[in-house]
Amino acid sequence: MPASTVAMALRRVGHATITSVERLGFAARFSVAVLVHAPSALRRLQLTLREIYFSGVLSLVIILVSGLFVGMVLALQGYDVLTRYGANESLGVLVALSLVRELGPVVAGLLFASRAGSAITAEIGLMKTTEQLSAMEMMAVDPLARVVAPRFFGGILSMPLLAALFSTLGIFGAYLVGVRLIGIDAGSFWGNMQAAVDFRYDIVNGIIKSVVFGVAVSLIAVFEGYNARPTAEGVSTATTRTVVASSLSILALDFVLTVFMFRGLGV
Amino acid sequence: MNRSTLDLWVGIFVTIGIAAILFLSLKVGNLLTVSNDQGYRLEAEFDNIGGLKLRAPVKAAGVVVGRVESIKLDPQSYQALVTMKIDRGYEFSKDTIASILTSGLLGEVYIGLDTGGDTKMLADGGKITKTQSAIVLEKLIGQFLFDKAASGGGASGASGGGAPLPAATGGGK
Repeated sequence: MPASTVAMALRRVGHATITSVERLGFAARFSVAVLVHAPSALRRLQLTLREIYFSGVLSLVIILVSGLFVGMVLALQGYDVLTRYGANESLGVLVALSLVRELGPVVAGLLFASRAGSAITAEIGLMKTTEQLSAMEMMAVDPLARVVAPRFFGGILSMPLLAALFSTLGIFGAYLVGVRLIGIDAGSFWGNMQAAVDFRYDIVNGIIKSVVFGVAVSLIAVFEGYNARPTAEGVSTATTRTVVASSLSILALDFVLTVFMFRGLGV
Repeated sequence: MNRSTLDLWVGIFVTIGIAAILFLSLKVGNLLTVSNDQGYRLEAEFDNIGGLKLRAPVKAAGVVVGRVESIKLDPQSYQALVTMKIDRGYEFSKDTIASILTSGLLGEVYIGLDTGGDTKMLADGGKITKTQSAIVLEKLIGQFLFDKAASGGGASGASGGGAPLPAATGGGK
């Protein structure tokens, strides 16, 4: 019967739409609730510090090593292309601008999502599965204030620092390869970089980007954990969703932010 | 984890993170020497700005003294109206010549300021009247070919293209 098949397909579309709108509404209410608990995260500073330790300090190694290698590879590849145009003193400019504007915030955000975001989701999801969150509610402790808000704000505070460290180590790696290994003049490496990188346009915009990515990743991580189905499978699905959703939102947000920040500058 | 150890690690993390931001601002972005907010504006009209871009440097004697802030087309005169932001502390006389130059063959396009002998100085919003446009390579080649055709006349096939022009200035009549 074709009519019933059409009706079934339409019902499926309707169900999917209602579910996603419901989820969106729940996510919005959840974000507002987390923001309302911002003062309590600051009041219980020790909890937030603990989360900065887990999401920030423990991500240091991967961020620093990746930054160093990204910078060194950029220097090698950039030198290879720039030297064809006789512009190899511009290596510092190339590396600094690509790291500060794009690669620092984006790659640090992606690493942060997979290193810290997935851990946050798994932890909160497991707390929900083992009914620790319900137990807190029974004891009149709000899990949003006690568990979610410190993780959220710890992530927001860690992310810009990690992105800045990534860019710094990247520039240091490019210095090692460009100046020490290849032998570009150190003066023109730093001098051209300083002439081309603008504090307001490049560095402040890069920091704004990393803060936005920090908010996005932390929010997705705590939301997915809090919203996970309380089964072993549900926690694993939620962890996967965190990594996929935060990576995609980082890349999409990066495009939108770049359009607004850097449009028209190079006209 | 011991509380004081945790505090120590977070303290180390935050300190080196802030140090990284400071490094980016001071060493990479050169925040201290170039202060963008301090400065005054000068205007200049050019027949052709060539490849001049926003935020291109403005140089006097090779020293960067400001940046190009806006480029517009004047609807009356059909000339390009360029606004420059000059760092406070640098003053230029009223008969300053602004020319659009290129550093090297493939280098960036910038505005060069050559100060004159006038004792009166340009103030905020002042206009540089003496300007020299960008050299457009296509126009230059076109002019050269035109001159060559005009001076070569009928004897173009005799000595090939390598002969110097007899009167380059009078070639266009």
